[in-house]
Amino acid sequence: MKRRFEVVVTLRPGLLDPQGKAVESALPAMGWTNVSDVRVGKHIVLTVDADSEDAAREQVEEMSRRLLSNPVIEDFRILASGELPA
Amino acid sequence: MRRPRVGVVTFPGSLDDRDALRAVGAMGGEGVPLWHAERDLRDADAVILPGGFSYGDYLRCGAIARFAPIMEEVVRFAGAGGPVVGICNGFQILCEAGLLPGALIRNRSLRFVCRVVDVRVETSLSPLTEGLVAGDVLQIPVKHGEGQFVASGEDLARVEGDGLVVFRYCAPDGTVDDGHNVNGAANAIAGVRNDVGNVVGLMPHPEHAVDPDVGPTGGQPLLASLLSRALARV
Repeated sequence: MKRRFEVVVTLRPGLLDPQGKAVESALPAMGWTNVSDVRVGKHIVLTVDADSEDAAREQVEEMSRRLLSNPVIEDFRILASGELPA
Repeated sequence: MRRPRVGVVTFPGSLDDRDALRAVGAMGGEGVPLWHAERDLRDADAVILPGGFSYGDYLRCGAIARFAPIMEEVVRFAGAGGPVVGICNGFQILCEAGLLPGALIRNRSLRFVCRVVDVRVETSLSPLTEGLVAGDVLQIPVKHGEGQFVASGEDLARVEGDGLVVFRYCAPDGTVDDGHNVNGAANAIAGVRNDVGNVVGLMPHPEHAVDPDVGPTGGQPLLASLLSRALARV
């Protein structure tokens, strides 16, 4: 069964996020002066063909740990998952 | 006795592999080209992972190169005590591979930096700094957008406590201060080594600093050190 997963990878809270800072400093110039704590992350969407929801999720977790994120600097969250029509 | 063989890995997107091979040759070693897709170090006595943008720096710098077939051999070689040096992108790859502590993120300035910097040697216990002493200052160019060394508080304490810092950005007189920290690295760290002392990574480019006709020569003693380590394995 094919399942769709979404993984969100973000820099760990303590770490300076230069991309977030760049976005944050651009917003006031456009008139939005009430924005703070902008963080930029990655959104990865993938499809896994596995026998069960559990097996698929476990695999996505391992892939997130080993490749999609670097645990030294990033956290990840697995968001939605859903079955795809065969 | 044969000249020490220094393997230089070319990944798709490597830029400084040719300069590294040239620099090894200029310093009296034999540069041995290695290919990312092969599992053969061609009897190298030392290995350099060069700078560049392997696999386009997609996902994270070095994240994909770290799983290239040749990296299995590099990890094995390092595990057996072989000298391994990662320069710039190569440093990022070694961190991603878990051979070195920490990680490299976007420069604090958000800008790509390309200039000659001063770096202070912090220890002679690395494949690049044999024959140098702590406090020596070398002029070497940097050129990177993502060279800010970071580590968790715990890792950083261990890196400092165990003497794993090999280079720091500094003023010409060796003073370490924020103004000379070219990318905002934690504790101005420009290069680190592993616990055993046979794997080292640094952001500055010693391979671009060996020929007096084109700039500073701060890379010479580093490559001389590497060749002497490699020679010990011949």
